[in-house]
Amino acid sequence: MKNMERDAKFRLDRFLLTNLVPLIFIGLSMVAIPISQFSGSYLVQEMLIRLARNAFLVLSLLIPIIAGMGLNFGMVLGAMAGQIGLILITDWKIIGLPGMVLAALIATPIAMALGWMCGVILNRAKGREMVTSYILGFFINGLYQLIVLYGFGKVIPIRSADLVLSRGFGVRNAINLLGIRNCLDNLIPVSLQGIRIPLGTFLVIGVFCLFIVWFRRTKLGQDMRAVGQDMDVARAAGIPVERTRVVSIVISTVLAAYGQIIFLQNIGTMNTYNSHEQAGMFAIAALLVGGASVARATLPNVFLGVILFHLMFVVSPMAGKYLIGEAQLGEYFRVFVSYGIIAVSLVLYEWRRARDRAYARRSLRGGEA
Amino acid sequence: MAESLKSVIIGDRGILTPSHPSYTEVKGMTMEPLLRIEGVGKAYFGNRVLKDVSFSLARGEILGLVGENGAGKSTLMNILFGMPVIRETGGFEGKIYLDGEEIAFSNPFEALDAGIGMVHQEFSLIPGFSAAENIVLNRESMRNNLLVEVFGDRLRTLDRGDIFLRGRSAIEKLGVSIDADMLVSEMPVGHKQFTEIAREIEKAGTKLLVLDEPTAVLTESEAAILLESMRRLAAEGISIIFISHRLQEVIDACDRFIVLRDGEVVKESGTEQADVREIATAMVGRKMGVEEAREEEGRAFGEAVLTAEQLWVDMPGETVRDVSFSVRRGEIFGIGGLAGQGKLGIANGIMGLFPAGGTVLFEGKPITLDDPRSALRAGIAFVSEDRRGVGLLLEEPIKLNIAFTALQMQDRFLKKSLGGFLTWRDEAAIDELAREYIESLAIKCVDADQRAQELSGGNQQKICLAKAFAVRPKLLFVSEPTRGIDVGAKKLVLDTIRRHNREYGTTIIMTSSELEELRSICDRVAVIQEGRVAGILPPTADRAEFGMLFLGASKVSEKEVAS
Amino acid sequence: MQKLRALIHHVGWPRVIIAVFLLCLFVAAPFVRVRLDASIGDTLVRFGMNGVLVLAMVPMVQSGCGLNFGLPLGIIAGLLGAVTSLELNLTGFAGFVAAIAIAVPFGLLFGWGYGRLLNKVKGGEMMIATYVGFSSVAFMCMMWLLLPYRNPTMVWGYAGKGLRTTISVQEYWGGVLSDFFGIRFSDFLSVPTGMLLFFGLMCLLVWAFFHTKTGTAMTAVGTNPDFARASGIDIDRMRTISVMMSTVLGAVGIIVYEQSFGFIQLYMGPFFMAFPSVAAILIGGASVHKATLTNVLIGTFLFQGILTMTPSVINSMLQTDMSEVIRIIVSNGMILYALTRVARVNSK
Repeated sequence: MKNMERDAKFRLDRFLLTNLVPLIFIGLSMVAIPISQFSGSYLVQEMLIRLARNAFLVLSLLIPIIAGMGLNFGMVLGAMAGQIGLILITDWKIIGLPGMVLAALIATPIAMALGWMCGVILNRAKGREMVTSYILGFFINGLYQLIVLYGFGKVIPIRSADLVLSRGFGVRNAINLLGIRNCLDNLIPVSLQGIRIPLGTFLVIGVFCLFIVWFRRTKLGQDMRAVGQDMDVARAAGIPVERTRVVSIVISTVLAAYGQIIFLQNIGTMNTYNSHEQAGMFAIAALLVGGASVARATLPNVFLGVILFHLMFVVSPMAGKYLIGEAQLGEYFRVFVSYGIIAVSLVLYEWRRARDRAYARRSLRGGEA
Repeated sequence: MAESLKSVIIGDRGILTPSHPSYTEVKGMTMEPLLRIEGVGKAYFGNRVLKDVSFSLARGEILGLVGENGAGKSTLMNILFGMPVIRETGGFEGKIYLDGEEIAFSNPFEALDAGIGMVHQEFSLIPGFSAAENIVLNRESMRNNLLVEVFGDRLRTLDRGDIFLRGRSAIEKLGVSIDADMLVSEMPVGHKQFTEIAREIEKAGTKLLVLDEPTAVLTESEAAILLESMRRLAAEGISIIFISHRLQEVIDACDRFIVLRDGEVVKESGTEQADVREIATAMVGRKMGVEEAREEEGRAFGEAVLTAEQLWVDMPGETVRDVSFSVRRGEIFGIGGLAGQGKLGIANGIMGLFPAGGTVLFEGKPITLDDPRSALRAGIAFVSEDRRGVGLLLEEPIKLNIAFTALQMQDRFLKKSLGGFLTWRDEAAIDELAREYIESLAIKCVDADQRAQELSGGNQQKICLAKAFAVRPKLLFVSEPTRGIDVGAKKLVLDTIRRHNREYGTTIIMTSSELEELRSICDRVAVIQEGRVAGILPPTADRAEFGMLFLGASKVSEKEVAS
Repeated sequence: MQKLRALIHHVGWPRVIIAVFLLCLFVAAPFVRVRLDASIGDTLVRFGMNGVLVLAMVPMVQSGCGLNFGLPLGIIAGLLGAVTSLELNLTGFAGFVAAIAIAVPFGLLFGWGYGRLLNKVKGGEMMIATYVGFSSVAFMCMMWLLLPYRNPTMVWGYAGKGLRTTISVQEYWGGVLSDFFGIRFSDFLSVPTGMLLFFGLMCLLVWAFFHTKTGTAMTAVGTNPDFARASGIDIDRMRTISVMMSTVLGAVGIIVYEQSFGFIQLYMGPFFMAFPSVAAILIGGASVHKATLTNVLIGTFLFQGILTMTPSVINSMLQTDMSEVIRIIVSNGMILYALTRVARVNSK
């Protein structure tokens, strides 16, 4: 009897812990939306745009989670690869959808190489994959800057004057992506009651979702699940653990490169030295807001997360302005929320893991009977 | 001829056994046993663990393999499975034939391919997978699709329907009812064990199954079902090597058994007339080169100083379920038993290192379990079996290791300065203490500043003892004091413990896997079996009697030494 | 040759490469018309400025909490002390001492909470520390706007409230340590004696602490928690104490930094401040679970030396400013190396 009570309490606690983050966000949004005085149709339009913009990047995080490697902070590697592709096609003046496809083609081998390197390094840092991939992101950022700031225009020829810094080499801080701006979003123009729907991008995202659903049913997907849950058992069963982990990171990195290209075609300008860093943080925060954890993430987590996170993002400056008379405060608030949510999710995950371990141990105990 | 063969194979129990009268006759013809082991031996770094082991196993036969921990069972299985550790340490002697062909696998996967399956003591299952998914792990049924042509075989899609069917039929083969869709994480322990066995027999062409203590985690009824499943599999022609400490099960389930002791086969016979006592005696036998048990006259002890009542300890792999005993002042009390039965849990539980419950009284006052400080404050010290893990600060100097507990718990080896505002380590006093113990225990080291990790196992053990002695304990727990140290050092360590007992009157509770070691220095020896006290014997008691207690073959009523 | 190889192995390749690189920079400096004395002077100043912040890594590493990526929390405590001291219009040594005196209680408080949190997430400390640092910086961004500071030199002129991004301390306690017994060798080389002495004092305090009973227990917790527990040590308490120490040292460190730098940087200023300190102590030869004062001294010198020398020397050589990129690659490469190295030792 006592045991059952304990179990029930444990389960309830678990439910609250698992869903704490989305619940907080829903609560915050319900308070902030009325204060911000935004119209419903404006918010719907914004959410559609942001969903199209971000969903692909967030989706690229799912596969390493299946393989038990946690949140892939190394996805910024893929984002950088995508940006290199975009810089090149902008220079070559290839516009529209062909431009995007070419950028993706250029980014693929770079992302594969970076992903492979990241995977190999993470195999040497088992158990601390997240912090390692995080630092790796910074490290590769240094190499990226070396290439983009010094290599482009010196080693790699750049012809367009408006891309190059005045000193003759190195790429400018901001790049205008007019050539491909919204080319995927507006591929199939659909508009409903004055709200534009970026159907083209949604189709690509839909295909990606189907890919993930299908991927989980493949042998490779099954192997990743096995590796993610217990590396030793998987190894004993003959599954190539290290290789499987590397493959998961490579896939994630390549997809992140595509995600970044889609993201930037929606925005229309590229911040050469910052865009990729923000991509990583916002994607991870969004996924966590959707109720995912370090060990478990589903497709609904992705979409719920993008909507909730960006709802907060859009309304908080205005809410701050009307509430305290300082838009700046709202800006800082959303920065705080982005980082805070990652911190809270990580803490909850580790804490829950410790509790589950203690609980599992207790159930093994034979003494009291 | 086919007729005569058939009749032989069916035999009395439908099984062909070497003890069967017609065995040799059949062997003389083309009938090879499934597995034949000839003169297999193995030494690790000059330390012989297996010598000249020979036996054979017929198709559909169940062979019991019994022996104490360290008798060579695991080494034999490691050789059979081609574990890399064997090759890395210089290979093995002798020959192994499977189906008449000589085999020498270079890794376990080759053994699996050849049709040898193994079920380990630890579960090797993926918790978030269903029973069926685990059963077909890495051998899933798959369907082709277009992408396979581009990206290779790993992008085949799984055929979940077929996986479920295969899982279910493997489970049915065992004759148990487990839902093939149930997640392993939600299963009771017994189901996990059956899932593992199902995985091995699901593999195409499994001819030989090795079960390593499969019943250790099962309840009695589950164990009975397992034995029944084994016989079903044997009837289908699968041979089984059954490793167990539960001798009655061996007698019930097996056709034949062999007893290993100190790396040698000391007994081999059919189970028809076997008797538990006889097997137990063969198992513990007499070891070479260890001093004879002695009885000392005139050992008088004081009142009961430590009393444990209904103690339970949740130490993984060494669970203590319900243990009660009492130790008298000045006594050396031994705790023995096979590995995994819970003997190591007792000291760890009383010292507060693992969750524990029950009542422990020391000098009449209760010890708070779950709190290491309580036992330490009461004047109890502990030399852990996990020397490198718990016993030492490997990266720190010897002197700090020795002084540490005394410094932290008793505020000794400290000095104050700035009018008592700062409390420093008194390096001079620590040096002095270390020098004292280095000398009295003959610790071989460069100086007291050497790091603990640079010393040999025996000398590390002496530092652990010195650390415990330094707190001047009233009662000392010593666990596995001679594990992993060489023969000469063993004697030194045991002598040190005895001398400390005699000189300071310290009560000592020594836990060890080596029966002879316990018999050589203890005044009484308790044997722990399945987390409970199987019995307490004087050191002079017959080996066979200890053996029976080790194996839980019979519950011997507690015999106290007359004091 | 063998001896050399053994020595390199002992010291570690990255440290050797960085030391040789720094040496090359010093040798090359005169040839590209960079003044050597100015370089040495700058290196010494930056060494003193950053030393205490690097020292703040030691207690947490020693107690097994890993690298203190949550250093911004300590820095925030220091910033609170600094701006409060300015609000009180304290100048000179009094201002500096007041800043520290106010910062320390905040550091203890933050450290206590932060330590309790880290005790709940053993094994995942570093990633969580990073984000605790980030979110506390973001939280304080809001607070800097809202807290009722009124000193006109600190707040935005137009609104009369809300602290500025950068606040000068020159007229309050700028340079009080650096100029204390400052020795001028030439126009370019002056030694910030007071600041170096203060750094030395801090090192001495930390050294002394690790020779007390508590310090000894803390080292044991970091080296082998099971051993410590078996010896009756409260592991969580030791870890909390170490986090509080690290946080307080971070607070003191940033005040030392500011008095030399001359400015207080608020808002996103402390955001990435943990990384240079982490990189410095790792360059000094520390690992994720072992750090000594020698590691602090060597690491700070090498890392700050490179940061000082690369802009001047490399820029003169290549006519471009690559220092920022080199800083990113060296510091993060170093952290990456430390993280993968530990895993290899553990897997054995």
